[in-house]
Amino acid sequence: MKLPNRTIWGYRRENGRVGVRNYVAILPLDDISNAACEAVAAHIQGTIALPHAYGRLQFGADLELHFRTMIGTGANPNVAACIVIGIEPLWTQKVVDGIARTGKPVAGFWIEGNGDIATVAAASRKAKEFVHFASEKVREECPLTDVWVAAKCGESDTTTGLASCPTVGNMYDKLVPLGLYGCFGETSELTGAEHLAAARAVSPEIAAKFMQTWSSYQKDVIEAHKTSDLSDSQPTKGNIAGGLTTIEEKALGNLEKIGKKIKFVDVLTPAEAPARGAGLYFMDTSSAAAECCTLQAAAGYVVHCFPTGQGNVIGNPIMPVIKISGNPRTVRVMSEHIDVDVSGIVRREMTIDQAGDLMIDVIARTANGRFTAAEALGHREFVMTKLYRSA
Amino acid sequence: MANAPHLLVHDRRDNVGVVVVENLAAGTDMLCVVTEDNSELRAVNNQEVPIGHKVALRDLGVGDTVVKYGQDIGRVVAPIRRGDHVHTHNLKTKRW
Repeated sequence: MKLPNRTIWGYRRENGRVGVRNYVAILPLDDISNAACEAVAAHIQGTIALPHAYGRLQFGADLELHFRTMIGTGANPNVAACIVIGIEPLWTQKVVDGIARTGKPVAGFWIEGNGDIATVAAASRKAKEFVHFASEKVREECPLTDVWVAAKCGESDTTTGLASCPTVGNMYDKLVPLGLYGCFGETSELTGAEHLAAARAVSPEIAAKFMQTWSSYQKDVIEAHKTSDLSDSQPTKGNIAGGLTTIEEKALGNLEKIGKKIKFVDVLTPAEAPARGAGLYFMDTSSAAAECCTLQAAAGYVVHCFPTGQGNVIGNPIMPVIKISGNPRTVRVMSEHIDVDVSGIVRREMTIDQAGDLMIDVIARTANGRFTAAEALGHREFVMTKLYRSA
Repeated sequence: MANAPHLLVHDRRDNVGVVVVENLAAGTDMLCVVTEDNSELRAVNNQEVPIGHKVALRDLGVGDTVVKYGQDIGRVVAPIRRGDHVHTHNLKTKRW
């Protein structure tokens, strides 16, 4: 495999970023605009509605995160054009303006003073224009390393640390030095391996920033809200069924997905876009799959590698999620969910190096347009992270 | 595969390994492979152990540290003999 010259066929967007899908997104600013967005998407073919549960009476850091996630989702290079519908014009316009900075077509509509029916009619007319615009876009040859690739593992078991996470880690070890943007998160699930994660920071300053983020998650989220200990949630029931006993063991397997050699260059807040150039980034996220994937897509990642042991079925509406499993039983009994079978690793039929090459190949094929298992099965989990109760 | 292992061990310092075959009967003379250097050893599991679950490679007493990936993954809370299934009944986190 001649990695440095490997190319894929992607959509080069107005801001230079490469997308691998070509959605016209119908994005609700808030929960009460879901119905209008879904009506537009039902009316105009080639569009996708992104309903979610929040957006009203949020404030402070939680509101900032809401806007960052909304704007980031519309700005993602897998989105060719975007319609935003909100209950009122001001916050709607704020999201429209944020997405417009990418140079892509975007338009906002609001329901107050218009009603759902007139709003849906006006938004549908604009959505149809956007569908014509998007459907005339032609894929062009782009370097593979222009495809930003995020990672997160889920329903992990002991095979995750033996096979599927090292597969993703090997891919990062090979592609990040060539200019790939990578991302890992799951702040709470690094507990037990946080010292090893900190040692993978590019500098003492970034290591300190990582430890500060990890410590504050422990203090502000775990310690503040736990009712006993976390044994009932971490490891999960699925993790335990798969043989993982402690959070330390789970964390050590989790960390295998950032490879052996590369360092992470910065610590991102949830949904924050990377700004220190190519490299691996750590993002402060929940370890819940849909929340983490939604935040990584909002930060601009366009393909996702998801190692699973027991068989998590997660997908994302705008970012293809590639499932990798090394558990021979899971790849047999849940075969329709697994894109990359690396169970040969535990039989010693496949090396980690070979698995990493296979991972790169599947990333390239996915970027070229091949549907992931999650896409074919209609998994579109879009889940906003909420920091605290609304006002 | 003739040489497919029953048990994989991440690191030579580990005192547990992971079962990687289904339907492992009690008393199997297991082929164990250390993934770090591909070295091999043999061990016998005392119970049926499901795929993905751990087996002790040596006797461990209450309070001992279980080592996997060459790292501390928790403390022993019930005596463990070499070959025993290691899971939530005899191993607990040190974190919470």
